[in-house]
Amino acid sequence: MATATGVYNTTYRRDFALRHTKAEYARLALLLVVAVVLPFRLDHYWLGYLDLILLSSIAAVGLMILTGYTGLISLATAGFLGVGAYTTANITTRLHWPMPIGVLGGTLMAAALGAVFGLPALRVKGLYLAISTFAAQAIFNNRFRDWRWLTNGQFSVSANTPKIGSHALNSDFRWYWVLVVITALVVWGGVNLFRTGLGRALIAIRDQDIAAEVIGVDVGRYKVMAFAIACGLAGFAGALQAHYRNIVTWERYDFDTSFLLIAMIIVGGLGSISGAVYGAAFMTWVPAYITRIGQGIQARSSGGTPLIIEKLPAIQLGLFGVVIVVFLLFEPRGLARLWQRTKDYFRIWPFRY
Amino acid sequence: MSRFILLTVNGLANGAILSLAALGFVLIYKATEVINFAQGQFLVIGAFVVYNANVTWGLPWPVAMLVGIGAGILLGIVVERLILRRLVGESNLAVIMVTIALDAALFGMVLFTWGAEPKPAPKFVPHGSVHLFGDVAVAADRLWAVAVAVVVFVGVALFFQRSRHGVAMRAVADDQQAAMVQGISVNRVFAFAWALAGAAGAVGGVLLASVNGGTSLDLESFAILVFPVVILGGLDSVLGTVVGGVIIGLLVEYTKSYMNVNASQMLPFVVLVAILIVKPYGLFGQVRIERV
Repeated sequence: MATATGVYNTTYRRDFALRHTKAEYARLALLLVVAVVLPFRLDHYWLGYLDLILLSSIAAVGLMILTGYTGLISLATAGFLGVGAYTTANITTRLHWPMPIGVLGGTLMAAALGAVFGLPALRVKGLYLAISTFAAQAIFNNRFRDWRWLTNGQFSVSANTPKIGSHALNSDFRWYWVLVVITALVVWGGVNLFRTGLGRALIAIRDQDIAAEVIGVDVGRYKVMAFAIACGLAGFAGALQAHYRNIVTWERYDFDTSFLLIAMIIVGGLGSISGAVYGAAFMTWVPAYITRIGQGIQARSSGGTPLIIEKLPAIQLGLFGVVIVVFLLFEPRGLARLWQRTKDYFRIWPFRY
Repeated sequence: MSRFILLTVNGLANGAILSLAALGFVLIYKATEVINFAQGQFLVIGAFVVYNANVTWGLPWPVAMLVGIGAGILLGIVVERLILRRLVGESNLAVIMVTIALDAALFGMVLFTWGAEPKPAPKFVPHGSVHLFGDVAVAADRLWAVAVAVVVFVGVALFFQRSRHGVAMRAVADDQQAAMVQGISVNRVFAFAWALAGAAGAVGGVLLASVNGGTSLDLESFAILVFPVVILGGLDSVLGTVVGGVIIGLLVEYTKSYMNVNASQMLPFVVLVAILIVKPYGLFGQVRIERV
């Protein structure tokens, strides 16, 4: 529907445009309307999930830039979420500096550390690099647990509720408006990044790194930069999340969260910024749904079958793993590819190809 | 001094177990270029199956061991045949994701079958202590872990030198296409690599359960140390797993005693990152010359 029947661009300006057809503008307008109407329609429970989706989207866009556009794998996104969260919590509760400075500090700290763990990119690539980020995750998780100066000797550290003017951001509804604007800006920035020289260089590295080097892209530098951008965005999301939840504890930043973020970008389709948002929505919803099924079973079989209740965590975890495995076997390129295939099917129907 | 000797023996035992876990990891990587994030579960499942066979079903321990190894082999083959073979040629990311998801699925399965309660350690691995150098009392099961690992690695070395299948595996690792032209079934080699990984995992799992004093889900947190081991030794080097395993095993044990537990869990990963920056292909890994 929103696809053009052909390429009819007569100027470079039109060729570079992000949207070509009226239908694409209509779709954007529709999305805008949905974004405005949705929070008034949802109940408290789902509004909370909506905020979580927006927060995950920010980190997922960062990971998409790194993995989907530069072709580097990061298994440490959750670690960098944690870096952002701990940094802003310390800046705002200990130094009593305002929240924007805390969030900025968290972002920069995560970007700097991301660049450090991206340094092996100067020497290795592919799977070796993935293991480097796995190490980053292990190290961060370990330090969050062990370094009590991060949390002032406590198990957790609190992050205050920010204020805009005289309005405290103390409800999911209020947070929604802040987050939706921020996410829109991040998505807008992400899409436009790939119309700049930096973005094009990253794509060149993904497609053929040797050729990129030959045409003058400093591959090592850009790879480290991609790590800094992705980890910085993760830190940004983590910092916002810290203020959203008001508390920072180390359990939130474990390997499972990193894994979930990768699942988000795969499901959304590698190489598409909006895919990161759709993937975040889907992968936030699936575990919530699996938990809900579990609660449903629990409610129905109260007293009846204690075995199932006892085994519920195991079933949920196993089910989640199986869903991902089956999904990847069925369509290794994610929901986006599935959607494309469905569209193609109807476009060329009744023919097979 | 006696503390140092004790730590060294414990470290060597940990290293021996890590080498066994890393062996499976490296065999899979060499043959199929897959990084198996589920390797830790191979150890856990092997340990639990042996526990089940020995204690619950009351089989004598050699039979129980065989059952455990058989289960490991079966698990490896099933995973290869049902999942990884379908993903040949797909991107690294999809393959990594599948093995991580497999790890979650297997973890759920273990939790479902055996529960979160730790089970006692296998009884048949000799316990008690042995006196070394006069007065240093060393736990006997640690020495057994080292001895078993030595036997397994000698066996693996002979397998790669003498057996047709071993030579075929080396050929595939060396050049897949050339091996195919020679009439070697690459599919069978892949299955073989996964089966060996499962078997090595089962043996390592039983030793780990014995050294740890209990068969439990926590065994996996030890098993993630295979990553520093394989990076230190070289991702595609069997010799590297031995050397890397011993170094990391000793490092963990010394730092645990002289520093603290958390530091001992972190330092191997710091070593990992340092190695990647300084000598990326590890001590014995094959260096890929690619100037980008």
